[in-house]
Amino acid sequence: MLKLEGINKIFNEGTPDEKVALDNINLHLAPGNFVTIIGSNGAGKSTMMNMISGALTPDFGAVSIDGNDVTRLPEYKRSHFIGRVFQDPMAGTAPSMTIEENLAIAYSRNAKRGLRFGVDKKRREFFKTSLERLGLNLENRLSAKVGLLSGGERQALSLLMATFTKPSILLLDEHTAALDPSRAELITRLTKELVEADHLTTLMVTHNMQQALDLGNRLIMMDKGQIILEVGEDKKPGLTIPDLMAEFERIRGEKMNSDRALLG
Amino acid sequence: MFTALFGSVEQGIIYAIMALGVYLTFRVLDFPDLTVDGSFVTGAATAAAMIVLGYNPIIATLVAIVAGFIAGCMTGLLHTKGKINPLLSGILMMIALYSINLRIMGTTRENATGISNVPLLTQDTLFSQFQNFWSGLGIDTAINDMLRGMGLTIVPSTYGTILVVLVITIAIKFIADWFLKTEVGLAIRATGDNKRMIRSFSANTDSLIILGLGLSNAMVALAGALIAQYSKFADVQMGIGMIVTGLASVIIGEAIFGTKTIMRTTLAIVAGAIIYRIIYALALRIDFLDTGDMKLITAIIVILALVVPQIIDKQKEKKRKAKRIART
Repeated sequence: MLKLEGINKIFNEGTPDEKVALDNINLHLAPGNFVTIIGSNGAGKSTMMNMISGALTPDFGAVSIDGNDVTRLPEYKRSHFIGRVFQDPMAGTAPSMTIEENLAIAYSRNAKRGLRFGVDKKRREFFKTSLERLGLNLENRLSAKVGLLSGGERQALSLLMATFTKPSILLLDEHTAALDPSRAELITRLTKELVEADHLTTLMVTHNMQQALDLGNRLIMMDKGQIILEVGEDKKPGLTIPDLMAEFERIRGEKMNSDRALLG
Repeated sequence: MFTALFGSVEQGIIYAIMALGVYLTFRVLDFPDLTVDGSFVTGAATAAAMIVLGYNPIIATLVAIVAGFIAGCMTGLLHTKGKINPLLSGILMMIALYSINLRIMGTTRENATGISNVPLLTQDTLFSQFQNFWSGLGIDTAINDMLRGMGLTIVPSTYGTILVVLVITIAIKFIADWFLKTEVGLAIRATGDNKRMIRSFSANTDSLIILGLGLSNAMVALAGALIAQYSKFADVQMGIGMIVTGLASVIIGEAIFGTKTIMRTTLAIVAGAIIYRIIYALALRIDFLDTGDMKLITAIIVILALVVPQIIDKQKEKKRKAKRIART
């Protein structure tokens, strides 16, 4: 479904600020895989997400989706097959537009946009039933501007919009990190429901180890631009936080900066 | 006085089309587009030159719209492909259009390269053509007889012009309302609102910006073409400060009538443009003010419209705080 082969990326090459962001990344996702990614700040998690979404292009290496090489495809073309939820609840929706208009934008992701009404009767019904799945009563506020919603509501809406058209790949970039614990809990639950309902192939970056263990069927750990640990479907169910910390120490020969990784 | 204001309303309705164009860039796309000063004249010059060259006024007006569209697209290309800052892209295009406008008007005379104005005194325009048909209906005399009966002595010479401009402007308003609700329209609005989001929903923001600027300047050029035919001349200077006039109309309209929905906002802008023209006409009646002072007055109107709401908000905030302190 998704294949990353030998991806390298260096920022500010040739200057004192030179930083190896990704160092020979290889990753293969089969359809329906849900991979959680953990790692400390600067490990390259977000850079890898941006490589997949097309916001960044690799120095070398190849990205392919559904067997098509998309390495040089610009972001807006790639987003035909990629749904994305950002960390910032403000980033995934258009604040001055209404809930139904935002959904209409998500709805026409796969089709060429034309001169038909974005919201018509039939679509409005569909939007309503989709919003009911969130359980936030948003289905009765279709013509409210999204800027008036709380961070949690906006993130739930972003999640729905990203999964609406059943993308080949769903990217979740610390999408619960900016929310309070109870809202984060809600978004985590919704993520699980939406991903399972459509068997979406998903990559989720998180700083929260517990969340990384609770969700998904595979887990990878990144550090200094490399994937240092991969846990497959067979081992992941029994995995605990101390296991992960011990693995990190064994591989890197140093203690993990655990406060940030645990609580962040 | 009544006839003077009547003329202002007629002009205000035409300028409303330009204000709707300015709304599309400034508010919807969040792109401060200064091309307007140039593309307004491009519309006027194209229509006037073609009429002088013997084309039908309707065709001349349609070509003017296309010319404005192209000008807007050029600004969009400068910004998106040339990575030039929005303000500078507009200014560059505005300056370039100055020369182009001279050339366009130059086509009306043999052996001339560029000329700075084209009079339309004897030519047929959209308005004079409609007038030929309209005056046969006898509606003007009927209304004026009624007004005279009510005691007005000086009455407008015709109601045909206001009818034409009203029909055109209202049609443009409804087309804009419809367009901003289509899939493409929604994508353009989202581009002005949150570029990162709309890109993640497979929209090419560059193309949308170019399209938005093209449509905006097409409207501005239409207004220019109509004003040229209304006042029976095109002049290379007629676009100076047009962007500020447009902005003033948008701000005045939004402040008075609100922005709750798109339909409401576009209506507010049409009303804002008419109100602006009336203020303009009234200001001209003050003895010590001269036509040349109008740009200064326009600037002051816009400054007031931008600053006064802030001051009012601050005062309200202060009062609220004082109340809260008094309560505790």
